[in-house]
Amino acid sequence: MLETININFWYGAFHALKDISMKIERNTVTAFIGPSGCGKSTFLRLFNRMNDLIPDTHLTGECLIDGKNIYSKTVDVTGLRKNVGMVFQKPNPFPKTIYDNVAYGLRVDGESNRGLIARRVEESLKSAALWDEVKDKLKKSAFELSGGQQQRLCIARALAISPSVILMDEPASALDPVSTSKIEDLIHTLKRDYTIVIVTHNMQQAARISDRTGFFMLGELIEFNDTKKVFLNPDREETQNYITGRFG
Amino acid sequence: MKHAEKELASLKDEIGQMWRLVLSQLEKAKRAYLDSDVELAREIASREKRVNSFELKIDSDCENCIALYNPVAIDLRLVLSMMKISIMLERIGDFADAIAKYIIRESGAAADDTLKAELRVEAMLEAVTVMLADSYAALDTENTKLSGRILAQDEVVDEIYHDAVPVLAEAIRSGRISAEYGLKTMLIIRKIERIGDHCSNIVEEIVFYIDAKVLKHSKSAD
Repeated sequence: MLETININFWYGAFHALKDISMKIERNTVTAFIGPSGCGKSTFLRLFNRMNDLIPDTHLTGECLIDGKNIYSKTVDVTGLRKNVGMVFQKPNPFPKTIYDNVAYGLRVDGESNRGLIARRVEESLKSAALWDEVKDKLKKSAFELSGGQQQRLCIARALAISPSVILMDEPASALDPVSTSKIEDLIHTLKRDYTIVIVTHNMQQAARISDRTGFFMLGELIEFNDTKKVFLNPDREETQNYITGRFG
Repeated sequence: MKHAEKELASLKDEIGQMWRLVLSQLEKAKRAYLDSDVELAREIASREKRVNSFELKIDSDCENCIALYNPVAIDLRLVLSMMKISIMLERIGDFADAIAKYIIRESGAAADDTLKAELRVEAMLEAVTVMLADSYAALDTENTKLSGRILAQDEVVDEIYHDAVPVLAEAIRSGRISAEYGLKTMLIIRKIERIGDHCSNIVEEIVFYIDAKVLKHSKSAD
């Protein structure tokens, strides 16, 4: 389970996240929505400490995964990122073959058993619903795949190192409707084995794929509720104004 | 106002026009029945097609709203409610038309004002007309507090309906009216009772739209 307690985050003097507390259950899909600059991606990146890479930032509060504060000094950040995979807005395969992209994380982790790597590559590509499309061209460059296939390859790459959590930052925003639909179907399937947190600007996508939805505005978590509730009868007027397009 | 908001406002405006037309049909049906006014009854029958056209137009507009604007939250509830309400208004329009046709068909029969008074059809018609007007006011002012009053009126309508059965049975038994006339009158009273039911259903849709509460199949409103 993921949990944040009174999280505050600053970029320099800019207060980007304000006192956010939230619990995310295991094997659920949670969507974060909100206008640009509201803090949803910043909040998402907390869960695998991607914000650590940005200079002049400051965090207070606690961010827990299965009860352990991931910002504790004793936490191994590499191990954390193995457990919490991430998929970005733009597909970012490595300039390698399809096979090597998926095997990359395992090899970096010191795995040298070729049979085991081959099995994991196949399993991951199957889990990412890409195996049937690439099984005969595993040695081809990943750049030969379409945008949608590249994004599923990135998901397969994240799955190969057996994370328990997958963070997705607008994973389908650069894709056509068919590829988007495949990613959404995939998210539904992956929920059985993973906890998924997704940032999206597409509200219909949030409605279609998530169990819970968080609405952010100006660095605050305005509402965090069951997705059906948010899209049929939100508790907060700000949420209603945003999702019905009356915001601002 | 944003484009999607304008579409929804236009949808609400259209349902308002349909509502006023159906209300006017019902008020005329009441007057035509009480005065045995065949001319007025013919006017109702001739305007029935306009009610049907409204239903088709609103149905199509609701489909467009869903397909083009993907409404959510209160906007989605508005579209869903308007779809259902337009169907119920159309049914009420049908009942007003049926009352009008009954008046036209029975115009040769001698009016029995005493029986009319015993059946309390005037009170029944008055109650359903008030229910329909109040439910429009509830939508127009987005005031669901009126719902309790409207649903209470339906109980009055039901009571008059149930009381009418023994009155008509006795009138037929005593030979005061023919069995055929009695049965036709009973059918009309049944239709007025159904208008009350539709008004109650409309109020439930308004409460769903405004308060997101489902009153359907519950005993009474809050």
